[in-house]
Amino acid sequence: MPKLPNLVPAPLRKPAKPGQAGPRKGQAPADLKTSPPERPSDVQRLVAQAKEAPIDVAAWLDQRTGASGFLTGMLFRKVPKGTNWFYTLGSATMFAFIVQAVTGVFLAMFYTPSATQAYASIAHINNEVPLGAFVHGMHKWGASVMVILIFLHMGRTFFFGAYKYPRELNWVIGVVLLILTMTMAFTGYLLPFDQRSFWASIVGININGTGPVLGPYLSDFLRAGPELGATTLARFYAIHMLLIPGAIIALIGAHLYLVVKLGTTAPPWVRAQRPKVAAPTAQLDGADRGNGASAR
Amino acid sequence: MADDADKTTPANGATTQQERVKPEPPGYFEGESMTRRKAFAVAAQGLGGLAGAAIVLPAVGFAVAPIFHRGKERWEAVGPVSDFVEETYRQVVFTETEGIGDAGKTTAYVRKSSPELGEKPGEFIAVSNRCAHLGCPVRFVEAAGNFICPCHGGVYDFVGKVLGGPPVRPLDRFQTRVRNGQVEIGPRYSVTSQLKPVRARDPGEFTGGIWEYLYPPRPSTFPAP
Repeated sequence: MPKLPNLVPAPLRKPAKPGQAGPRKGQAPADLKTSPPERPSDVQRLVAQAKEAPIDVAAWLDQRTGASGFLTGMLFRKVPKGTNWFYTLGSATMFAFIVQAVTGVFLAMFYTPSATQAYASIAHINNEVPLGAFVHGMHKWGASVMVILIFLHMGRTFFFGAYKYPRELNWVIGVVLLILTMTMAFTGYLLPFDQRSFWASIVGININGTGPVLGPYLSDFLRAGPELGATTLARFYAIHMLLIPGAIIALIGAHLYLVVKLGTTAPPWVRAQRPKVAAPTAQLDGADRGNGASAR
Repeated sequence: MADDADKTTPANGATTQQERVKPEPPGYFEGESMTRRKAFAVAAQGLGGLAGAAIVLPAVGFAVAPIFHRGKERWEAVGPVSDFVEETYRQVVFTETEGIGDAGKTTAYVRKSSPELGEKPGEFIAVSNRCAHLGCPVRFVEAAGNFICPCHGGVYDFVGKVLGGPPVRPLDRFQTRVRNGQVEIGPRYSVTSQLKPVRARDPGEFTGGIWEYLYPPRPSTFPAP
């Protein structure tokens, strides 16, 4: 079995102990002259090249994108002590969003955003399309899951104090993502166009309208007119599947960039540890790494 | 001032290493307020902004245009004059919004105007069944003589004034007229707590007094009768 390439990048790798790091630089192994290695056959060379092909492809891409530096920084970034399962709530929310995006794309293949046909097209999805009820169910229940997860994620951030300097901007982006998620839930609710979604949307739009001065105009904007009409459903559909998903994807990108850039916080119950003051000379020769340097 | 002097005087030994003069950009002239480079940068960004606005503004206008659009006034006959009495309401269903089938229909409770209640005789009163709280459909309960909302318990009296619950104003009404012996129902309007007609408001919005300014009338609605 070929040896796997060392995945840990060199700066994070543990240095070899003296005497175990292979032959010294500049000196051939002692047995090279007495028993030289055999020349590989053509077949062996081809096999060896084939084995290298994936690495060659990766290197080709890396040379042109410089992605490995970014990926190394992102995937091997340090996380604080005490990181636990609560820290996965953000990723869980993102996965819920991905599920919504994927199932939503396939629902859009069968859905008709017209006031007279929407209900029938949903009934068609649920009753006649193979696995239609399942995909629709994933989208419907996944919406609730995403809302629950995003609130849990916000609670984690709040109670762990992870919104404080220098992460305030990430908190602000997260709040915007929360609002967009609620808007998704609101606009998606009308789409089946049954009695429940119809009246729930009327109540929701009217709650929007109770805002002073601008509220009435916001209601008219949402309905595209003074009453819930033919264009209201199309408008909700466009907001639900085009406008907000794009904004959410862009903001998730910014959110993740800041997470990687700033790192995560330790939970509040983990005390800050001061690095021990290094003894002036003892560690410089590298012979005594067991004490001070590994204290973290 | 010292800089200006340095720029204009030839280097006859007066300038030392410390006071080295930055070379003037090409095209520099005395008294210019903006370099050529900056002028082009501003012009390019301005043109870019103009091009962006040419795309974004029509799109936004397209999306918000319905706020300023008022549809055609719509009248629908709901029955002969003899169908309606003063003492109680008769439920009629008619189309308020066209093009969306049954979803565009709404319900009104219609009766003859009653001089006993201080109304002008010979007219017809059409009370909307849309609750003034959040827009649920209310029902006229004959035995109680009240309108009752199933959602949050709003109660209105016989003329539509609030008796209890969360509604913020009386029930909306529709304009009525008689044509060829038929009662016709027209555009919706709202009323104040004193039943004074005002332009139609959405549910949840107060009417009368200062509220007329906090919940301004929308251009998409018809003027009050």
